[in-house]
Amino acid sequence: MLPLGDLEKKVMEALWDSPDALTAIDLRDRLSGQKGSRELAQTTVLTVLSRLEDKGYVTRARDSRPHRYRPVTTRANFMAELMHDVLGAARDREAVLARFVGGVSEDDAAALRRILAGR
Amino acid sequence: MIGAAALLGLLAVALAWPVPVFLASASWPSRSPATALVLWQAIALAGALSMIGALLMFGLAPFGDNLVHGLQAFLGSLGDGTLPPGAHFIQLFALSAALLLGLHLALNLAATVYTAERSRRRHRELVALLSSPYPEQPRTRLLDYDAPVAYCLPGTVRSMTVLSAGLIQLLTPEQLRAVIEHERAHATQRHDLVLIAFRAWRAALPWFPVANLAGEAVATLVELLADDRARRVVSDRDLADAIRLVRDGLSAGDATIGASEFEAEGPASAVRIARLDGRVRPLEPWVSALVVAFASALLAVPTTLLLLPAL
Repeated sequence: MLPLGDLEKKVMEALWDSPDALTAIDLRDRLSGQKGSRELAQTTVLTVLSRLEDKGYVTRARDSRPHRYRPVTTRANFMAELMHDVLGAARDREAVLARFVGGVSEDDAAALRRILAGR
Repeated sequence: MIGAAALLGLLAVALAWPVPVFLASASWPSRSPATALVLWQAIALAGALSMIGALLMFGLAPFGDNLVHGLQAFLGSLGDGTLPPGAHFIQLFALSAALLLGLHLALNLAATVYTAERSRRRHRELVALLSSPYPEQPRTRLLDYDAPVAYCLPGTVRSMTVLSAGLIQLLTPEQLRAVIEHERAHATQRHDLVLIAFRAWRAALPWFPVANLAGEAVATLVELLADDRARRVVSDRDLADAIRLVRDGLSAGDATIGASEFEAEGPASAVRIARLDGRVRPLEPWVSALVVAFASALLAVPTTLLLLPAL
């Protein structure tokens, strides 16, 4: 069986790819139909959906039975949020992640001139 | 004890202003980032220790002739509600200030760690949903994103390296390996712990120039350290080229995020390239040894002053 994290990703992808909100049964059928994946129990899909709902990635329409789930926002918007953490001017970024290039102040320009002058 | 309190106070002032200003303007740290990082940590620790220690020693002076006796007598006084002769309001004020300052620093550290962990958890979830595993590299994820981006997301239990499709397209396999080694060095050397401690210090003492200077200096130093670690397995040329390419690629801009809040070129990358091009000499070993000895002395002096019997 897939780790829960991978299943969450597959469920999200199925929801993003679908124009309409989906029920757990729809999702089970779509995921089970995928190449290389085993038969999924509907309870597993429901567990994954409730985890995703708790974390704020999907919502469900409460007026219909069975419940229909949809992503809170598009894949592109989630990607933008992610990239904002990485590339945006968030003040606490250095405490959160270490980027390969960037995130430095004016003072370093002066520091560089001194270093190169004093060699 | 008054003598020790006065010396600690002097040390606290020196470490809060002239020493960090002097160090921040020195040119040698990029020649030996590890040594400089040791010194910055010693300055921060010794500074906090002498600040709190000075207040504590001054406040406890009427209660006893050293820290332990003073504390015991003070707790006794709290119990029976009487003050020894020579104890004034000002001593109680100093003791309260010591207590509040200690709590303030500890709470800020806890809050900073908590906030960063929360941001990281959300970020890790998003990466898990939006990326795929990068083949043949453990704990490395690939984001389908055009801008050339690479970063390390540290964690208390697990850390991961995240690369973008744009980066893979931009770099040769050797340059890509240099980037991965650099990011992995951040994780294995636990740079996040140093950065978060200085971040907390900055949050706790925003009005002290020292905290800002130290925070910026330390952020640059860990980049240099990660470069040095990567250089053990990749060539200087590949790493320098990777830095140039990613910097220029990022400067080209990004449509997802507004240009105004987009921050690309960092002078730290220029320092890094200068080192990799061989334009910065490493520090002589005896100078490094001297600096480390100075850092140890910085820590030993306030500790001794605090523990010494009456001075």
